[in-house]
Amino acid sequence: MNRTVTDQLAELIRINTSCLPEDVESALVSARAAATSPAELQVLDALLENAHLARDGATPVCQDTGTPTFFFTVPPRTDEVSLRKAAEAAAERATANGWLRRNTIDTLTGASIDSNALPGEMPVCHFRADPDAKAVTVSLLQKGGGSENMSRQFSLPDGELGAGRDLDGVRRCILRAAWEAQGYGCAPGILGVCVGGDRAEGYLAAKEQLLRPLGDDSPDPALAELERRVLREANSLGIGPMGLGGKTTLLGVKIAVRPRLPASYFVTVAYCCWACRRHTVTLKTEGGAL
Amino acid sequence: MIEVRYPFTETVVRNLHAGDAVRVSGRVCTGRDRFHKFLADGGECPVDLRDGALFHCGPVVVPEGGSWRIVAAGPTTSIREEPYEADAIARLGIRVIIGKGGMGANTLEACRRFGCVYLQAVGGAAALTARRIRRVAGVHFLETFGATEACWEWEVEGLEAVVGMDAHGGDLFAKVREASAARLEALGKEDA
Ligand code: SF4
Repeated sequence: MNRTVTDQLAELIRINTSCLPEDVESALVSARAAATSPAELQVLDALLENAHLARDGATPVCQDTGTPTFFFTVPPRTDEVSLRKAAEAAAERATANGWLRRNTIDTLTGASIDSNALPGEMPVCHFRADPDAKAVTVSLLQKGGGSENMSRQFSLPDGELGAGRDLDGVRRCILRAAWEAQGYGCAPGILGVCVGGDRAEGYLAAKEQLLRPLGDDSPDPALAELERRVLREANSLGIGPMGLGGKTTLLGVKIAVRPRLPASYFVTVAYCCWACRRHTVTLKTEGGAL
Repeated sequence: MIEVRYPFTETVVRNLHAGDAVRVSGRVCTGRDRFHKFLADGGECPVDLRDGALFHCGPVVVPEGGSWRIVAAGPTTSIREEPYEADAIARLGIRVIIGKGGMGANTLEACRRFGCVYLQAVGGAAALTARRIRRVAGVHFLETFGATEACWEWEVEGLEAVVGMDAHGGDLFAKVREASAARLEALGKEDA
């Protein structure tokens, strides 16, 4: 039986909301093995037990089911309007099924948009055309508000941080962001970072880095080295899970670079909590039609 | 692992120290922004919180068979209640506050003076926390505050938490913040 795009996207939400990605779970297992304080052990045990309960019961990993954000990679001449409409219908269905919390607020009136769907606006959809793509692939990221509030953007040079327009300056910004977040974004966290770009591109590219598996390295050797170094240094801060102290403050650091204007040098840090819910699927469409 | 059970006596509470891992059982009541504002405006607390626990939590609930099923629950950020909590502790005799992120100097002082502790629950562990809630014993202000802000009376079993602020002025959050600031400064002196 051919399932509609809406069916497939709704299924993606169901899986994503209830299944912590395997690499994130195994990073938590490693953190558990390294932990020594009773507080850190207790928190990590609880996170792992929670991950199992959510997966087995197909219930949300976290009560904040986040902003559903779809990243579509599409072949040329794809009907993006249809994809967006399917995403909206999928969000509405997922909310009715309890996979998404009623989590969308009209910013000015404060009223709840109970369906989590607003034509053209919610869920958030990004499209990238790939001339070589034969099918539509889509990654879904659900990132909660507590962690979104901990994201930061720096403009270099920054005298207070002693950060100039070089990789050491970038390193100082990332460490500062990790420190400012303490446990408020539900540590241990994952940092997506963008060096360069304008302010808007910086936040988008930083968030997109959260889709990278924890085990991968930046293709750029200098950035790969910086990722490893900042991860090691941030974990020496001793902030620990939930900010209660401990060995694991971050599970990963992922850095991208974008071109910039001569006048600007932004370092953008997207903080994601341990509940980094991301999943990618290739859509099955009949005869290429949506 | 320290097990604590309602009613939480002053002796039990004063024996807890920042950093201790605990499991809470027995009666726990929720109250968040609307509840604290209501108390501050002179409202009468509908539940007896003497030697009790107050949980900063807005659950996801569904009605089921004349009662309620708790689908997901977790701590909300506690610092928003800082203007009200010290008074609530003094007036109502609360012994245990459960929430996320810690609280300020007034609450810390009230904990010391009246014998109360602040517990950090596990942020975001919604499926696990929901499972620890064994029974819904009652609900107040459901109509006026809505399900998220209502004051729920629950029986919980083994709810995981860590003592963040104790009754002796100990504040784990402040300690971690200071120590990590010193380490950050040291990292800043390291070579590129
Ligand atoms: S920060 Fe993440 S884990 Fe914490 S409550 Fe928000 S979504 Fe859940």
